[in-house]
Amino acid sequence: MRRQFPRFASPVAVALAFALVATGCGTDETDEATSDGASGQQNTVTTVKEDPISATLDASGATFPKAFYDEAISQYKTVQPGVTVNYAGGGSGQGRNQLRDNLVAFAGSDGLVKEEDKPSYKGGELLYVPTVAAPITVSYNLPDVRDLQLDADTIAKIFQRQTTRWDDPAIAALNSGVRLPSTDITIAHRSDGSGTTENFSKYLVAAAPGTWTLGSGSTVEWPSGTQAGNGNQGVAQIVKSTPGAVGYVDLSDAKATQLQFARVKNKAGRFVAPTLEAASAALAGAQVNADLSYDPLNADGADSYPVTAPTWILVYKNQPDRSKGLALKSFLRFLLTEGQNLARTVDYAALPQTLQERSLAQIESIVVPAP
Amino acid sequence: MTTLTTEPPPPLAPPPALGRRSASGDRAFRALTLACGAAVLAILGLIAISTTTEAWPAFKEAGLSFVTSTRWAPNVDVFGSLAFVYGTIVTALIGLTLAVPVSVGIALFLSDVASRRLRRPVGALVDLLAAVPSVVYGFWGVAVLAPALLPVYDFLDEVSSPVPVLSTLFEGPSTGRGLFTAGIILALMVTPIITSITREVFDTVPAAQKEAAYALGATRWEMIRAAIFPHSRAGMVGAVMLGLGRAMGETIAAALVIGSSPQITAHLFSSGDSMAAVIANQFGEAGGLHRAALIGLGVELFALTIIVNIVARAIVVRAGRMR
Repeated sequence: MRRQFPRFASPVAVALAFALVATGCGTDETDEATSDGASGQQNTVTTVKEDPISATLDASGATFPKAFYDEAISQYKTVQPGVTVNYAGGGSGQGRNQLRDNLVAFAGSDGLVKEEDKPSYKGGELLYVPTVAAPITVSYNLPDVRDLQLDADTIAKIFQRQTTRWDDPAIAALNSGVRLPSTDITIAHRSDGSGTTENFSKYLVAAAPGTWTLGSGSTVEWPSGTQAGNGNQGVAQIVKSTPGAVGYVDLSDAKATQLQFARVKNKAGRFVAPTLEAASAALAGAQVNADLSYDPLNADGADSYPVTAPTWILVYKNQPDRSKGLALKSFLRFLLTEGQNLARTVDYAALPQTLQERSLAQIESIVVPAP
Repeated sequence: MTTLTTEPPPPLAPPPALGRRSASGDRAFRALTLACGAAVLAILGLIAISTTTEAWPAFKEAGLSFVTSTRWAPNVDVFGSLAFVYGTIVTALIGLTLAVPVSVGIALFLSDVASRRLRRPVGALVDLLAAVPSVVYGFWGVAVLAPALLPVYDFLDEVSSPVPVLSTLFEGPSTGRGLFTAGIILALMVTPIITSITREVFDTVPAAQKEAAYALGATRWEMIRAAIFPHSRAGMVGAVMLGLGRAMGETIAAALVIGSSPQITAHLFSSGDSMAAVIANQFGEAGGLHRAALIGLGVELFALTIIVNIVARAIVVRAGRMR
């Protein structure tokens, strides 16, 4: 694990590694990057002093990373006061649609763009910029059960209502020594279409192929008798207020609602709690493709938390407007450098170093027109 | 006043010039209003065409089952909207059943019962209800109303169990969020609309008719039945129709309290889903066929509203003739 900066590290803290990553095509940054020796030795978190830019970047998309982007946007103001970034949320699908129609400068997306949809994107070639990741917890409400262990098959059976009581032998077999109550299980899921649902169901497709029959998607066909809540907070509220309830909730909302969450068995056979470290480990264990698409669900690695959701920022490789293009590159660079330290403060997992470097290189490949 | 206008003074503009000017003005005015009227039709037509075009891939994929099936599984491209149609109609009916008597009562109170000093503040308060954003109703519904109704639903479920029809309607288990809760929220939202229109209508009843009823020895209630209601029937129907349109199209409040499960059930306390709520809930993450299907739901809602309006008007006209 690489060391994290304190939250309010000097905004102009500069480290050497960035210079190794920068390919030099970004003509806007000055060469007076100086090293802040004390903090710069052990990690790659960097900032390059930039000429002031004045631009407004409108963006929309995934709500899953919105808390992180909002935090990063407010901190970014100290780096480039002339750049205004508006990240509207609205969902990954909406973000992709608006980017396709050239309505936004970038889109946040928890999922990839289908090959067959790519030609309809009006701005040409797309780039994936991985930003952060976060664990999706399996949160439950059993006051007397402090530590619950589940595997993919059991989770699949629970959410399909094949296992309906907490003292079911399938659950008991994974939790020897734990006194499970005979409470009925209440399922809480999302009422709105959601990247969290998509990643959770994708995990079950990957890890419990024989058991999980509902497929994957932003909305899946939940069995009747389940409860639906709006947003991660809505699901968290149902779990919080219903004894015996279980639901999938992102880590920051699960923590904010003070829920208990299960340890989930990973591919290596270990039961791992949803932590930021375990999520970063899952990213490190995931196979990253050349276009920086990757799938950290059910990843390899002894310490990986298996239900780890990725998220990307989608941008066009060729930017039509110079100042907007420069602002976009500058903001994305900020997300991948200092932003990585902010991530932890809002319960998102930073990218592992290699992926961070590749992501920065991807940003530098964005082409901005000459003045 | 009348003496001033009876004899127009000669030095004023000569009649022919006035006539010509007003004729060209009339023509321009006629063209302008015609354009406004046509614009409404054109906009409606264009919306219908563009949404249908966007929804076409989903209609083609699902065929007739888009309307007849209750299975909605966007992740495997299965789109059947019947459960949402059911939820839309049931919640709107519950809403209207609760809202119409209350609204008419408030309107009568304001037009004929309340003292003059009371009318303005109470009327303003009712109008204020319409100004509350629907998302506020929705959150209030989720946070306050649904938990408060849960024991009520459980009680009704228990009490009604020996009664044949009610036991089915009120059967549990409930989470507080469901068709009936959505109906209650919708009732709150359409009450100010129906109230202010019916009040306006009641105000147009000629005083002479009311006085005639009183002169025949009618009590206040008899006066209302004999003088106000017959005169106001068309206006009241219009008010209810507007309320119905609002109830069927209400999105965010319904999305928050309806419980979001696509099922057709006679249990009014269990969760369902409405067309507008599904669109609001799923549009953000939808792509491809799923998105087309959601737009298709919009087209269907549009058609459903028109059909319901026509049917309701036909019923009212026939009922009027039978009297």
